[in-house]
Amino acid sequence: MSNAMHNKTLTELKAGLAAGDFSSRELTEHFLARIQQHDGELNSFISVTAEQALAQADAADTALAAGNGGLLTGLPIAHKDIFCTEGVRTSCGSKMLDSFIAPYTATVVEKMAAEGAVMLGKTNMDEFAMGSSNETSYYGPVKNPWDLERVPGGSSGGAAACLGARLAPGATGTDTGGSIRQPAALNNITGLKPTYGRVSRWGMIAFASSLDQAGPMAQSAEDCALMLQAMAGHDQRDSTSLDEKVDDYLGALNNDISGLTIGIPEEFFPDTLDGAIADNSRAAIRELEKLGAKVVSVSLPSIKLSVPAYYVIAPAEASSNLSRFDGVRFGHRCDDPKDLEDLYKRSRSEGFGDEVKRRILVGAYALSAGYYDAYYRRAQQVRRLIRDDFARAFEKVDVLMGPTAPETAFKLGAKKDDPVSMYMADVFTIGVNLAGLPALSMPTGFINGLPTGTQVIGNYFREGQILNVAHKYQQATDWHKQAPAFGGDQ
Amino acid sequence: MSWEVVIGLEIHVQLNTVSKLFSGSKLSTGAEPNTQASLVDLGMPGTLPVVNKEAVRKAALFGLAINADICRHSVFERKNYFYPDLPKGYQTTQLAEPIVGAGVVEIQLESGEKKNVRIHHAHLEEDAGKSLHEDFHGMTGIDLNRAGTPLIEVVTEPDMSNAEEAVAFARKLHAIVTSIGICDGDMSQGNMRFDVNVSIRKPGDELGTRTETKNLNSFRFMEKAIALEVERQIDVLEDGGEIVQETRLYNGDTHTARSMRSKEDANDYRYFPCPDLLPVAITDADIEALKAAMPELPNARKARFIDDYQLSEYDADLLSGSVATATFFEAVTKAGGDAKLAANWVMGEMAARLNAEEKTISDSPVSAEQLGQLIARLKDGTISSKIAKQVFEACWAGEGDPDAIIEAKGLKQMSDSGELEKIVDDIIANNAAQVEDYRNSDDAKKKKKIGFFVGQAMKATQGKANPQQLNQLLQKKLQ
Repeated sequence: MSNAMHNKTLTELKAGLAAGDFSSRELTEHFLARIQQHDGELNSFISVTAEQALAQADAADTALAAGNGGLLTGLPIAHKDIFCTEGVRTSCGSKMLDSFIAPYTATVVEKMAAEGAVMLGKTNMDEFAMGSSNETSYYGPVKNPWDLERVPGGSSGGAAACLGARLAPGATGTDTGGSIRQPAALNNITGLKPTYGRVSRWGMIAFASSLDQAGPMAQSAEDCALMLQAMAGHDQRDSTSLDEKVDDYLGALNNDISGLTIGIPEEFFPDTLDGAIADNSRAAIRELEKLGAKVVSVSLPSIKLSVPAYYVIAPAEASSNLSRFDGVRFGHRCDDPKDLEDLYKRSRSEGFGDEVKRRILVGAYALSAGYYDAYYRRAQQVRRLIRDDFARAFEKVDVLMGPTAPETAFKLGAKKDDPVSMYMADVFTIGVNLAGLPALSMPTGFINGLPTGTQVIGNYFREGQILNVAHKYQQATDWHKQAPAFGGDQ
Repeated sequence: MSWEVVIGLEIHVQLNTVSKLFSGSKLSTGAEPNTQASLVDLGMPGTLPVVNKEAVRKAALFGLAINADICRHSVFERKNYFYPDLPKGYQTTQLAEPIVGAGVVEIQLESGEKKNVRIHHAHLEEDAGKSLHEDFHGMTGIDLNRAGTPLIEVVTEPDMSNAEEAVAFARKLHAIVTSIGICDGDMSQGNMRFDVNVSIRKPGDELGTRTETKNLNSFRFMEKAIALEVERQIDVLEDGGEIVQETRLYNGDTHTARSMRSKEDANDYRYFPCPDLLPVAITDADIEALKAAMPELPNARKARFIDDYQLSEYDADLLSGSVATATFFEAVTKAGGDAKLAANWVMGEMAARLNAEEKTISDSPVSAEQLGQLIARLKDGTISSKIAKQVFEACWAGEGDPDAIIEAKGLKQMSDSGELEKIVDDIIANNAAQVEDYRNSDDAKKKKKIGFFVGQAMKATQGKANPQQLNQLLQKKLQ
């Protein structure tokens, strides 16, 4: 029985718990054992909270026995280490916060716990979510379970890798420029970035406030719907969270998609794109056509400017958001500072890694007097153009589709010294963040044994529709059920 | 040729909201350090600001009080700089789109002249914490209780040309913010802090280089700091030197100032709109509601004082200058039945005693009702103005209501003319030489010499004789 447990989806596990096939304690112990056994190699967790997990599991079993189960009661979930968890180290992948025990809990974690979720631990990530390969983590790179010499993508690389390797059945991620979707594609899992403002940012350590959004990551769209149902909603503590009713995501999963119009942005299939990547996504779109969807070609002319615009806006916001890490109140403080200046300089120089420093410098430059108009203001104008492009497209189509990432998982270290090439890993995902739209990545086939993903982008607050489309696709195909040999039982 | 002085002010007004600008913590009441600071105030990772609607309402009310445009979508921005008592590494403030646009404040000068001081804008912002340099050997303590306290920063145009105007403006602003109830106005607690920009020039010349003297927290210090800075600038320029654009710090105890930082050291604050906050929306309906709820403004009160009580412009301006003084004055007038006397006493005897004892009118040991009673007795002739001062002193010392004091000390004016006549007769009988001398004097001398008899009579009556009555009686009897 236990051998099969980790290959089950959250939905299946929920049914198993309800049927009494196994307890939450058994389930939790099983995943904790798998983490213990395999994560030394994978490095997908920064902290494993076994004791708390078992206590939560026991409480879940009691609740289930009493018939008081919530949406997620007894289901083990891994949280990205960007979410504050009271009493537990919340490192954000940085030496700066290696000693930081959060004094409070993020809304996302709180809401999922309120629905009965069991927290397995905190997953590895690029430092302060800055990276597309998980190589910038202070805790070392995460390995891709499909090929341990390759990166899992980032920044939610730990979340995607632990899901791919079946060390957890569900995980939270955050997505500022593709940080849920790109690693989801590289690890053969499903991940959703909701509409900006759909999920509260309270307690989620900020990278770029106007772009950051938390979302679910799991084996299937159905599982993502289950998790999002618990995560979404207005939060008075986050002024940018929108007071919009939360749809019934689970209820919409099986809606008929015949008559659905899928737009194919020509910019998502440029001539330079790897043909095999394009083929996998085109095949996925054809599959949906078989289910009755119509396909039209659309254009998003400004999308080509999304990477440069993003790499002004995101670092600009980050340079300010990361100012609070000054060695004064929390986080890393250098030894024996000579004076205030020395305290700032050394605490920050020692506490931050290279990529974080690079972005702080870029961001501070873009905001500085004399450059603001040329960079920051200009980038905001581009952002408006991109949003307008999407708005025009959504006048004609229901969803947009294309590849999630331009390539499969690359080798560890391959792009370490080439930040611009690294930044291009998010070329298809960044525009969505700039526009604030929801988008999902789902597994749609392999190239040389490495997973590829296809993105489904919806209009504002149409998470239900995106999940519906992905669920229908996953009912008709089984790419998402493929698991790597790593961590297998044989 | 003389120098022309140009002064502009920036005033930080602390709003008296219940909680802070972006968090639910209560405003600091001087509790133990860091006990009135929440996760948000500490700048904890992952925390987010939520705008305090009451602070927005109070800032908009101020805007309406100075006839300014209210921005319908004002924007909070981040002002980025590192300082230990600035927990987030940026101050959330407003720059390009402040909540209050251009407005105007009319001031009254002692000469009777009125002047308009234009307000460039006023914006909402959060206060920083405090650095505590004492008590920590070689280290600095940080207290974040004050961090996040809502302020409005009011920025004037450089419309003032001497210290008197600057102080008149500062007092008028104090009157406005306390009248509309957005600030407690306690200068000693830093409720209002003034930064003074001063430059000098020859008439007709371009504006000179200005300096900024920061954080003046009393009208008196402000006046003295301006005088000192003007003097310094004149000395520098007349010695052939140049004024350096800099920030200066005034020390009220030693009446000296020093340079804090020059323009070269100025930060590039890298302002940009705060992505954690939406623009602050204010609707027409909000504005109408605020207008309807607007308390009486100082200038309206002043006009009413002139109309209702026939006060002079200057007296009316002084008495309407603070809610406490205005309320006190009106209560005295009501109880005493004479506005002119009430004005004289409140601005005269009362103000002098309060100043001498460094008390505010709300701490006055003599209540408005007591002062009114005193004035009523003065008016109905029960006591003379000389005795009134004696009664006031006794009342100040806590000896009871004026009526009780008059009664207990037997200070009533002698109104029985028979009794007074007898005293006068006795004096005339006992001072034959002086009577003789008086009668032989001419009219001019008589006027002087009658003083002797008045003095004797007052002495005999312990000051209770009605002076007018006594004079008439003496003139008649000495003829």
